[in-house]
Amino acid sequence: MTTAARPEAMPATPGTGDLLLEVSDLHVEFRTRRGVVNAVNGISYTLHERETLAILGESGSGKSVSAQAVMGIIDTPPGYVTQGEIRYRGEDLLTMAESERRAVRGQQIAMIFQDALTALNPVYSVGWQIAEMYRVHRGSSRKVGYAKAAELMDRVRIPSAKERVKDYPHQFSGGMRQRVMIAMALALDPDIIIADEPTTALDVTVQAQIMDLLSTLQEETGMGLILITHDLGVVADVADKVCVMYAGKVVERGPVRDIYHNTAHPYSEGLMASIPRLDQKGGQLHPIKGAPPSLANIPPGCPFHPRCPYAREVCTTDHPPLYDVAPRRQSACHFWEEVLAGGN
Amino acid sequence: MATDLNGRPRTDGEPLLRVEGLVKHFPLTQGIVFRKQIGAVQAVDGISFELRRGETLGLVGESGCGKSTVAKTLLRLEEPTAGHAYFQGKDIFALGKRELRALRRDIQIVFQDPYASLNPRMTVGDIITEPWEIHSDVVPKDQRDARVSDLLRRVGLNPDDRNRYPHQFSGGQRQRIGIARALTLNPDVIICDEPVSALDVSVQAQVMNLLEEIQDEFGIAFVFIAHDLSVVRHISDRVAVMYLGRIVEIGDEKDIYERPTHPYTQALLSAVPIPDPDIEAGRDRIVLEGDVPSPANPPSGFRFRTRCWKAEDICAEEDPALIDRFGHGHPSACHFAEIREVVTS
Repeated sequence: MTTAARPEAMPATPGTGDLLLEVSDLHVEFRTRRGVVNAVNGISYTLHERETLAILGESGSGKSVSAQAVMGIIDTPPGYVTQGEIRYRGEDLLTMAESERRAVRGQQIAMIFQDALTALNPVYSVGWQIAEMYRVHRGSSRKVGYAKAAELMDRVRIPSAKERVKDYPHQFSGGMRQRVMIAMALALDPDIIIADEPTTALDVTVQAQIMDLLSTLQEETGMGLILITHDLGVVADVADKVCVMYAGKVVERGPVRDIYHNTAHPYSEGLMASIPRLDQKGGQLHPIKGAPPSLANIPPGCPFHPRCPYAREVCTTDHPPLYDVAPRRQSACHFWEEVLAGGN
Repeated sequence: MATDLNGRPRTDGEPLLRVEGLVKHFPLTQGIVFRKQIGAVQAVDGISFELRRGETLGLVGESGCGKSTVAKTLLRLEEPTAGHAYFQGKDIFALGKRELRALRRDIQIVFQDPYASLNPRMTVGDIITEPWEIHSDVVPKDQRDARVSDLLRRVGLNPDDRNRYPHQFSGGQRQRIGIARALTLNPDVIICDEPVSALDVSVQAQVMNLLEEIQDEFGIAFVFIAHDLSVVRHISDRVAVMYLGRIVEIGDEKDIYERPTHPYTQALLSAVPIPDPDIEAGRDRIVLEGDVPSPANPPSGFRFRTRCWKAEDICAEEDPALIDRFGHGHPSACHFAEIREVVTS
């Protein structure tokens, strides 16, 4: 075991490196036979070198779909990106030709999925699948591909990597499979890795290993990391800044410390109050009443108003824009000042 | 004083449930015609604990540690390989069919998956009244309708929901239905097998509050099985930490979380991130190497030794007993147990 005191990793001003990714006003909808599902309704964020952005939300908040839109892996039909821009180093991915986009996807922006067993192909060895990155994008031979795969597996600390190159996904444990996924994502030295719930299916001691690995790799390579999760603990552990999503929209965003210590949106405040904490034996939890809305039927006005303790008349009719709360800090609540003042 | 649904007083005192040396091995077989046993998955390998009236015992551990198997054997949904479990003095594992039926009235279970554990073809009302078909003396026929309404209201649903089907409810609401079903026979014990892990954070808190209210109101004891250590701390009075079919440490919630003595407990607790960036920045994390070994072929001696940083030769030879090593009344199964704070730094 290693007792690694975590380095004082967070720079005082996160995001001082190059701007890698700029998503603005992104809309994604799914046209189904039962009607239109508005999965993402105008989200915006930026990601810089060495920065970790956490996209935090419950199931059905649109957090995964927004990431799939950035990767360009939404099935069309039924899914359509209807509006917005996704700029990678200044170039809009949505308007570029598919061939250009293919050069960015996988090489510059790579993705790690939640369920490694489903994401990996069961009938090919893991080495073959990692090497595919080199064969397809770099035109490497099989032999070179395998050698590079073994190198990568070693880099993500899979024990006896050379001997395991030709093993199949089912021969690995959950944690090791997730390392294989990370190896594939790292293969072409991407600028950005999008990790969609990378540790949700894993046990907590394995989760710690994987998060540890991701931050070490980030320090080594300087990549930007987008972490999609519902786990407030993991976000507090690794993120520099946070976007809180609800019903396909960003309801609050800002540096991680501000979000946790001075919430400016009732939904984030509710989330914080509803989770039990390891370091406290509290009294009652304070859950948010009701359940998240269906994306096919989002309430008018502020989508959170039916569950919100601050809601007034105006919330049922007017959709709140993202108000500037502080520099680099926004909240989509008409009464953010009240939340900030009375909040925890 | 807390009373049950029939107004009987619930008293504290002697343990309600006492489990001694519970073992459950699943055989591994080979061949089709000439089947022979080639080994066994040692899912649960000799665990003992007590459950007192009205308290919550948290059973925590990673996947494959045997916590759900414990739940199933206590209800005899799985037959144990060895051991005893005394419920109010009677050995559950020695009961005949008729006695077993009576037992299941007193011990109920809430399952993890609210989608798989409710019959999709039955209305909510039928699901809740079904236990009374078998245990017909619990509620007289003419009062059943009223009782269903009471139960539904108690778990936060609308009495009119009784005619709807499970698929018309959200995950959190289904878990409420599951809880209402567990309450129908006025049990003394409810075994909660990961009752909130399938739910979203904001809904999880609602269900946990409901479970606590029900416990206060009816004095029911919970065996609360979960992998989420924060959830277990919140709801439990006492906590048992399991690893590969064994309890490695057991004690009061405060002892386990603030003064853990077993290296595995310490590693487990230190791996859980705390939702506060300032606290997280200052915490040391014990990162364990490797994965949990297979329960079909556990390491010799003490099972955690292959991942333990304190392991010495003795750990491979001698299995440490689960005994109180510091006089705190909280036993720990480690030759080198020592108190180390990992939750706050």
